Amino acid sequence: MIDNKNLLTREQIAACVAKDLEDGWLVNLGIGMPTLIPSYIPSHCDIMFHSENGVVGMGPPPLPGEEELDLISAGKGLVTLIPGGAYVNHIDSFAIARGGRLDCAVLGAFQVAANGDLCNWRLPHQKSGSVGGAMDIAAGAKRVYVMMTHTTREGDPKIIAERTYPLTAGGVVSKIYTDMAIVSVETNELVLEAVAPGVTPDDVQSATGAHLNIEKVQEIQLNL
Amino acid sequence: MKNKRAESLEDAVNIVVDGATVLIGGFGPPGVPEILIDGVCDNKIKDLTIVTNNAGTDRSGVARLMDEGCVSKLVCTFPWAKESFIFKELYDAGKLQLEIVPQGTLAERMRTAGAGLGGFLTPTAVGTDLAEGKQIHKVDGKDYVLELPLRGDVALIKAHKADKRGNLIFNKSARNFNPIMAMAADQTVVEVSEEVQIHELDPEVIITPSVFVDTYFVTGHYEVGKGSKQV
Repeated sequence: MIDNKNLLTREQIAACVAKDLEDGWLVNLGIGMPTLIPSYIPSHCDIMFHSENGVVGMGPPPLPGEEELDLISAGKGLVTLIPGGAYVNHIDSFAIARGGRLDCAVLGAFQVAANGDLCNWRLPHQKSGSVGGAMDIAAGAKRVYVMMTHTTREGDPKIIAERTYPLTAGGVVSKIYTDMAIVSVETNELVLEAVAPGVTPDDVQSATGAHLNIEKVQEIQLNL
Repeated sequence: MKNKRAESLEDAVNIVVDGATVLIGGFGPPGVPEILIDGVCDNKIKDLTIVTNNAGTDRSGVARLMDEGCVSKLVCTFPWAKESFIFKELYDAGKLQLEIVPQGTLAERMRTAGAGLGGFLTPTAVGTDLAEGKQIHKVDGKDYVLELPLRGDVALIKAHKADKRGNLIFNKSARNFNPIMAMAADQTVVEVSEEVQIHELDPEVIITPSVFVDTYFVTGHYEVGKGSKQV
């Protein structure tokens, strides 16, 4: 059993993702954990955030007294617009998503399969789910990164050989960032790129429902 | 020049009748025409099919419309949210039908309706539950779902300013679905925070030209999420 104190915090996972976003990218962040990422983008890095409700160039939450109730993120929190940002309607916003203008989307997930299948919109026992823009964004972004806990609250693996949950988009995930590890989805295999300090490759493998190639694994460098 | 200005809320919304399909703008609270919705509630309209992104926020806007028993079916993208508790109550009690549509698909279905097209092919939802029963077409080796137009009898939308001809501009992320819905209904009714003279909107920045607007009603500014309680 892995010691919970070795698991990465949400903020530490966000910092890991932020390190892999490249200068000049346009990035969409899903609701929840991914919204922590902007705080860890270095100031010299020009990354624009797209929010599918019509904000291209989303900035941080407003300072007290500067709130605009008509300016929110897809998660419905109050945000700002960066200098040079723009407001668009839903057609243009989803043309950005489906049309291949998103360099990366960082989304949460219930399950990711070894072939990159993403499941994040509905749990199997639920009658229906809240799809929002997830299917459009996952189908259209150049890269889909997933940010999630490695296992469910009950300890079941969320990275698995074949999905058992309803599909959001097939074969789209290329990287997975969890509280234990960074895993990349390659053509024929899952590659364990890095593990959290104090977590062993065996720990990760036993919390994962698919085979991991652990040949080149490194330790995650935490600067927090 | 046709006068599109409604002098009363009742005049603005009496086009909404029992059984109508109504497109309602907004994403979260911004851009929801809360005052027009209050007018529909006051008219005690029944059996509406509502097309909108969310399933209502707290007790105003679309939530109030459902709470007052005006809605029989909701077409939306994101029904399950803690602020949509009225929807949940009604859905769990079997009093509401629900159709879930991916957000980009919802927007494009309305756009194609407004643009006179017969539908479109999208990579969104291929292989998922939401493509069940729909045609799949291959283009250049890639699978696409055929999605059909979605037209409203009425669109109820919100804009920031209208000039006296009915040209519109919007405010920040309150734009969202509003300009698309304006194109996609037989009758488009807009609530606007401000009315200005014709020359006051720069033609280069008009988002929705007056041709897509049938009626506008001037509400003044009110705090988003509070509806007519403040007016």
